[in-house]
Amino acid sequence: MSSIGTGYDLSVTTFSPDGRVFQIEYAAKAVDNSGTVIGIKCRDGIVMGVEKLIASKMMLPGSNRRIHSVHRHSGMAVAGLAADGRQIVARAKSEATNYESVYGEAIPVKELAERVASYVHLCTLYWWLRPFGCGVILGGYDRDGPQLYMIEPSGISYRYFGAAIGKGKQAAKTEIEKLKLSEMTCREGIYKVHDEAKDKAFELEMSWVCDESKRLHQKVPDELLEEARSAARTALEEMDAD
Amino acid sequence: MATTMVKENNSGPAQLLGPESAFERTLYPYVTGTSVVALKYKDGILMAADMAASYGSTLRYKSVERMKSIGKHSLLGASGEISDFQEILRYLDELILYDNMWDDGNSLGPKEVHSYLTRVMYNRRNKFNPLWNSLVLGGVKNGQKYLGMVSMIGVNFEDNHVATGFGNHLARPILRDEWHENLSFEDGVKLLEKCMRVLLYRDRLLWFELNSIDSVNGPLV
Repeated sequence: MSSIGTGYDLSVTTFSPDGRVFQIEYAAKAVDNSGTVIGIKCRDGIVMGVEKLIASKMMLPGSNRRIHSVHRHSGMAVAGLAADGRQIVARAKSEATNYESVYGEAIPVKELAERVASYVHLCTLYWWLRPFGCGVILGGYDRDGPQLYMIEPSGISYRYFGAAIGKGKQAAKTEIEKLKLSEMTCREGIYKVHDEAKDKAFELEMSWVCDESKRLHQKVPDELLEEARSAARTALEEMDAD
Repeated sequence: MATTMVKENNSGPAQLLGPESAFERTLYPYVTGTSVVALKYKDGILMAADMAASYGSTLRYKSVERMKSIGKHSLLGASGEISDFQEILRYLDELILYDNMWDDGNSLGPKEVHSYLTRVMYNRRNKFNPLWNSLVLGGVKNGQKYLGMVSMIGVNFEDNHVATGFGNHLARPILRDEWHENLSFEDGVKLLEKCMRVLLYRDRLLWFELNSIDSVNGPLV
């Protein structure tokens, strides 16, 4: 997978002879090295989870938020360079409030995804601006129901019903594919997200937008998170026992 | 924007800054709301206002809500220019939205909102472009009751009972005599009704709406 792009990888404005822009691919590698971020679209909403690898035992739990609300009805989970992610979130927030002040309604998730994607893409066009080293999973609930989008450092954005980025994305994707998402409610979805994000010494941050949360994006309530955690722990033990 | 000489014409503050500035300031209110009366009771705040917006002496709009709940803890009532009140609601909407987006268990309480409104009103007054409102801000946070007022020139204060406009002259004397700590909900409502009745006789109110906020239920009408 790693090919040395000698000479063609010095700038984001250089194509390689086989048509690749190496700087963007390297940016994507920064995303691949971060903690897993998962998003799933359930029947009545979206659940997003981030596996925050604990860098130091002295860090306060609950700090270093990786999931941010972008507006009342939508939120973003960030993987990759956290500082780059904050910039994207700030831009998304300003797009959302601007849309509402002009059109009087909450920004449709599709529109928001397009705007964020074009902003990320913008930073891949100039040699004096480096690409964002983070991938974003954007989930929201608007008039057309719950929607999940993933935006990569290249500026691509697609709509998904299940998405994962970061270290454990392959394992997570396999698990998500096994789920029957159209039939699950968000409550059940939370258990599954927790299952997939199991790893050693990490802090799990989860959020949802669904009918149960009155279509507002917020952190998953603590009791529900605890239930999911214990369920996942038992599932983990069952797996290890095999 | 034409540049002409400033004439020696004493027709109000508008002329002092040149003709082009006249387009950018509020000179008179057009569609206005009348008094708002509010008091602290045992469990929180009670606020009453009528549902009318007048165009001069005509009762133009008869079901205008001049009181709105702000965030989880506060109630805002306004008298004066209704369009300016709507603008204030937009500012507060954005303020509360950004506060909610932190999602950290904290939320702006009535004291904070009152302080924000004072800053907004005072700054506008300093630019000679006031928001033509008298605002009453009341709320309960963590069991602490708060009731304050901001005028269009930025004068602000906190008290156990406040009123705007005519209410200051007609309702506050009643409140000064009959208000006491630990008013029950029913007594508070009766007291407010008494005030509103006086305002009805003297100020031609149509019918009024009562809003209350307490630490348990949050804002309710």
